[in-house]
Amino acid sequence: MIGRARFAFTVLGFGYAFLYLPLVLVMLYSFNESRLVTVWGGFSTKWWGALFTNDAMLQAAWLSLRIAAVSATLAAVVGLAAGYALSRAPSFPGRGLFGGLVIAPMVMPEVVMGISMLLLFVGAERLFGGPERGFLTIVLAHTTFSIAFVAIVVQARLADFDRSLEEAAMDLGATPWVTFLTVTLPLIAPAVGSGWLLAFTLSLDDLILTQFVAGAQSQTLPMRVYSSVRLGVDPQINVLATVIVAVAACALVLSGWLTRRKA
Amino acid sequence: MRFVIALPFLWLGIFFLLPFALVLVIALGTNAPDSVPPVALGFSLKNFTLLFTDDLYLAAWLTSLRIAATSTVVALLLGYPMAYAIARAAPARRPLLLMLVVLPFWTSFLIRVYAWMGLLADNGLLEQFLRWTGLAENPPTIIGTEWAIQLGIVYAYLPFMVLPLYAVLEKLDASLLEAAADLGARPVAAFLTITLPLSLPGIVAGCLLVFIPAVGEFVIPDLLGGTETLMIGKVLWDEFFTNGDWALASAVAICLLALLAGPIALFQRQQSRSLERRT
Repeated sequence: MIGRARFAFTVLGFGYAFLYLPLVLVMLYSFNESRLVTVWGGFSTKWWGALFTNDAMLQAAWLSLRIAAVSATLAAVVGLAAGYALSRAPSFPGRGLFGGLVIAPMVMPEVVMGISMLLLFVGAERLFGGPERGFLTIVLAHTTFSIAFVAIVVQARLADFDRSLEEAAMDLGATPWVTFLTVTLPLIAPAVGSGWLLAFTLSLDDLILTQFVAGAQSQTLPMRVYSSVRLGVDPQINVLATVIVAVAACALVLSGWLTRRKA
Repeated sequence: MRFVIALPFLWLGIFFLLPFALVLVIALGTNAPDSVPPVALGFSLKNFTLLFTDDLYLAAWLTSLRIAATSTVVALLLGYPMAYAIARAAPARRPLLLMLVVLPFWTSFLIRVYAWMGLLADNGLLEQFLRWTGLAENPPTIIGTEWAIQLGIVYAYLPFMVLPLYAVLEKLDASLLEAAADLGARPVAAFLTITLPLSLPGIVAGCLLVFIPAVGEFVIPDLLGGTETLMIGKVLWDEFFTNGDWALASAVAICLLALLAGPIALFQRQQSRSLERRT
């Protein structure tokens, strides 16, 4: 027993080193004087200055943030409905298909979803003359694959939910809608919130789907990063990586602290 | 309730199900470089026969499956002890240990793959390290090989392996192991007859969450692999963006979907079963 646990903890330590060493090195080399990311040329913050005056990169980041906010909000609404239906409607015609449709986008290879959504938008353009490829089509694509993640978080939260509160509200004469808005929704709000955050992050990070459905005008942050990284390592990307890791770490620590305070 | 069901049903029907029908229609067409979009509709199986007779495409299918399978096994061998250790840690420390596994997932996929570019590059940090420690005089370049792709996949998808494994291992009833020990089972026997079978749902879920996206992976083979290692996700991308052959790219998508239909259905069944068990 002891030996097995010690082995497992050794692997755990190795696993953390494996997960973090590359990120730490990337962050370290964002302060490198040299343009070459493999040679240490002394401490410098010049790439930080370069990134924060890189207009193309900043514009792309701003576009990505707007897309992420809109698509996460849409995904939260549709995903909430999907999770609620899966958990509270045990049987209706097409429930098997419904359950499959909700979960499938989670594991669908992104290149497959990318080409299929592009063909949909091209078809719509031919039939109805729109929507033009760009902000709207990216939002629709991101929403579609984020719904699954919100639905699963909501469904899991509803699974260990005290139904008697809803029944009490109904007994006191509240309509189903009023019950949902005043009892159910406030109680599952944290799940919807973390679903929203998940959808926001997924949208902010998506490259493949975006590359397919974006028009010629819209360049999101991952598209910019990808086109720069393809040409080789670039110190400005190291700076961006440092910023992203720092923001993610702060957000996680904050949310961990909030949930612990509530408990 | 009707509205609550209809909204996601309609959304996913229009934006997820309908597009696959379109992909099938386009896949049956032929490439028409001069028209916009570059497809002539029709009913031809030419694209499909090409995908399964041409050596290049056949090699891409096999390489994708092989790389995805080996990466999944390596991720399992690394992820299982990690999940096991977290589940056995003091309850107060588990959230922190788990957060450390999840944190990379909240950063950026692209950035995490990029992190390996500088490490594995020709004369990169890993080679410098090996030379400096004297472990290897002339270390081979890793970037551009299948090794680099497998490493990248294990790295990028490791959290997806650890999380479902942790979920089952954490719920494991410790008294079962004590009972086995009382009855004279040695730790290895107890692990093989109790812990392993009971964690099977987690193993299946974790493996599917790594294997399915890995088969169709594009970013990792594109940034870490070489030109000679063809994976099917990259083939689809290149046919579409470089060659502009929408029909052939659609056929690749249909075949990829057919290939992964089994694993995807298995994942769905398991997911809905595990959620229903909680209600």
